[in-house]
Amino acid sequence: MGNGLLKDFFKRNGTVMGWFLIIAVTFWVVVLIILPQISMFDFSFRNHLPPPEMGGPKDVYTLKNYKYLIFGAEGNPDAYNKTDLAVFGKTLLAAAFVTILDLVLCYPIAYYLGQSRGGGLTRVLVLFLIIPYWINEILRAFAFRIIFGDSGVINEMMMFLGLIDSPIDFIRENVALYAGLGYAYILLMIFPMYNVIESLDRNQIEAARDMGASWVKIHRRIVIPYAKPGISSGCTMVFMLSAGALAAPQILGGPSSLWFTQIIYQWFNQGGNWPQGSAFAAVLLATCIFIVLAVMRIFKVNMGDIGK
Amino acid sequence: MSEGVGVDLQDVWIKFGEFVAVRQANVNIKGGEFFSFLGPSGCGKTTILRAVSGFLEPSDGKILIGGNDMAGFGPNERPTALIFQNLALFPLMKVWENIAFSLEVKGASASERRKRADELLDMIALTGQGDKLPSELSGGQRQRVAIARALCAEPDVLLLDEPLSALDLKLRQHMRTELREIQKRVGITFIYITHDQGEALTMSDSVAVMKAGIIDQIADGKSIYDDPATAFVASFVGENNVFRGTVKKVTKDMAVISTNRTGDLRARIPASAQTKLSLGDQAMLFIRPEALDVTESKNKSDTRIKAKVHHSEFEGQGYNVFLEGSEGKEIKMSLTNRGETRMYDSGMELTLHYDANQAVALPAGELASE
Repeated sequence: MGNGLLKDFFKRNGTVMGWFLIIAVTFWVVVLIILPQISMFDFSFRNHLPPPEMGGPKDVYTLKNYKYLIFGAEGNPDAYNKTDLAVFGKTLLAAAFVTILDLVLCYPIAYYLGQSRGGGLTRVLVLFLIIPYWINEILRAFAFRIIFGDSGVINEMMMFLGLIDSPIDFIRENVALYAGLGYAYILLMIFPMYNVIESLDRNQIEAARDMGASWVKIHRRIVIPYAKPGISSGCTMVFMLSAGALAAPQILGGPSSLWFTQIIYQWFNQGGNWPQGSAFAAVLLATCIFIVLAVMRIFKVNMGDIGK
Repeated sequence: MSEGVGVDLQDVWIKFGEFVAVRQANVNIKGGEFFSFLGPSGCGKTTILRAVSGFLEPSDGKILIGGNDMAGFGPNERPTALIFQNLALFPLMKVWENIAFSLEVKGASASERRKRADELLDMIALTGQGDKLPSELSGGQRQRVAIARALCAEPDVLLLDEPLSALDLKLRQHMRTELREIQKRVGITFIYITHDQGEALTMSDSVAVMKAGIIDQIADGKSIYDDPATAFVASFVGENNVFRGTVKKVTKDMAVISTNRTGDLRARIPASAQTKLSLGDQAMLFIRPEALDVTESKNKSDTRIKAKVHHSEFEGQGYNVFLEGSEGKEIKMSLTNRGETRMYDSGMELTLHYDANQAVALPAGELASE
């Protein structure tokens, strides 16, 4: 049976293409995804040792890296590692906020694009959405810094219009950060939704209108349920990427606000403590996956739908 | 359920930019009537339906429903319900939710909606199927759900946009009868769009035949078939042998046409075309395949055509004989199968005969292209 399946696979794709698919997919999954993640996961259970002692008697598995995240360093007067856990919580909340912000902003755009039947205007709009992504991420973040700065366009404009007397510190208030992150992932939110909404039969909307449904009703009962796989796919990506973002928080974050990824980065880079960084990263990843699965359960979305 | 609300189109023009989709349509649809718009695709029939339902406004003219001008009223404000060509059932809602959607919009309670949906499910003979999804039903069942959903809104006028076109032949014929029965039971006006003349003729009280935005004829099915008003109607509705020529003799209701290839032929002038033919005019003469028969008489007459059998097709209930008249003129004759073995072999020379009352002479005009 398995043999026949393989034969069938080669027959359908050709020998060369078949081998390419098998090798490329295996390489992608095993070498680029599974192995690095396993080694990071392995790291997170090890002691932080200087290279000569690696593999020595002190190189044993330990939970202390995880304990550190929860309880802090030994001698910590608090019951918990308040600093890191607070940043962790704040990061997740902020990522959720960015996700919701993107969803609210992108749903109307995706609906418009999906239902406008690809006219000239649609193509221009899509182009306008894509072009900013040709620009380097760091450059984009710095551009936002300039726009939201004390003497940036927004403050200048608002002062010129007399809305405010002194500039608002958008950076300190994290407005620039949310805007930057939201902006960075707009496409990842729009395209999955657009893909689904595009296949929604326009007659269904007209049928609902014919039966007297308001636009709110049409969206709530027909478009949104239909677009659910796209919505969850977009939200998952935006949430995961926001929670794991590094450049934008580094550049646009206020002086007092730290993103959890920045702490991880510090452990790896400045602290040189890979095991500690790995443990933090593993917790972040596991928590994000848990949140996504929980939300999917609440909204009754299947894993298979996301791949659509 | 309210009954007998008529629909009037008064000098309705519908234009899309330069393109004229509907040209000065005047239609009077009586309350409780089953009215069909019949025409080839692109003739503007769906455009008329969309204008009646309120999805688009006519460029000029008025649409009245129950005597009220509908200008400025959206689809949700009109007493119409539209059944789409692809039905447009909501795939993620259960059948009963689909049917009761118009009540949901009005804010009816779930139990009330369920009750009404179950009543309608009984009516369309789908009792107990309310908790399925539309995708779990067969094509014909989905069809009936779409009708129930439209009727649930208690419209005065039901608009149907070729709803049977996706079904297979058997089911389509069955649904014709069923639609007609439902219409009689609920007693509201049905406006039906189709390119299938069989559907239009079997179901409708009246049929409007359309061509390129123009309504050529409005009449009951039998009149459309027997007394076509234009060459287009004669060639679009049912099959017809067409003979082109000029008018040689004409009285009030009879004409002799001097045809180009087949000699002089006599035919009746339908009431709607009387006074439109005069001596020397370009004319067309139409003889239905089933109006032709074979005669033993060899005498020449203006209701006889000499032709040679090309080939025959047996169709069960009858057979079609394809013949070649003079100068290669193609003629089709349909004979009913009455059990006798009367097949004609290729090459046989026959004299065909017809009753002049069963042939029609009309002013020359555009024919329906197959």
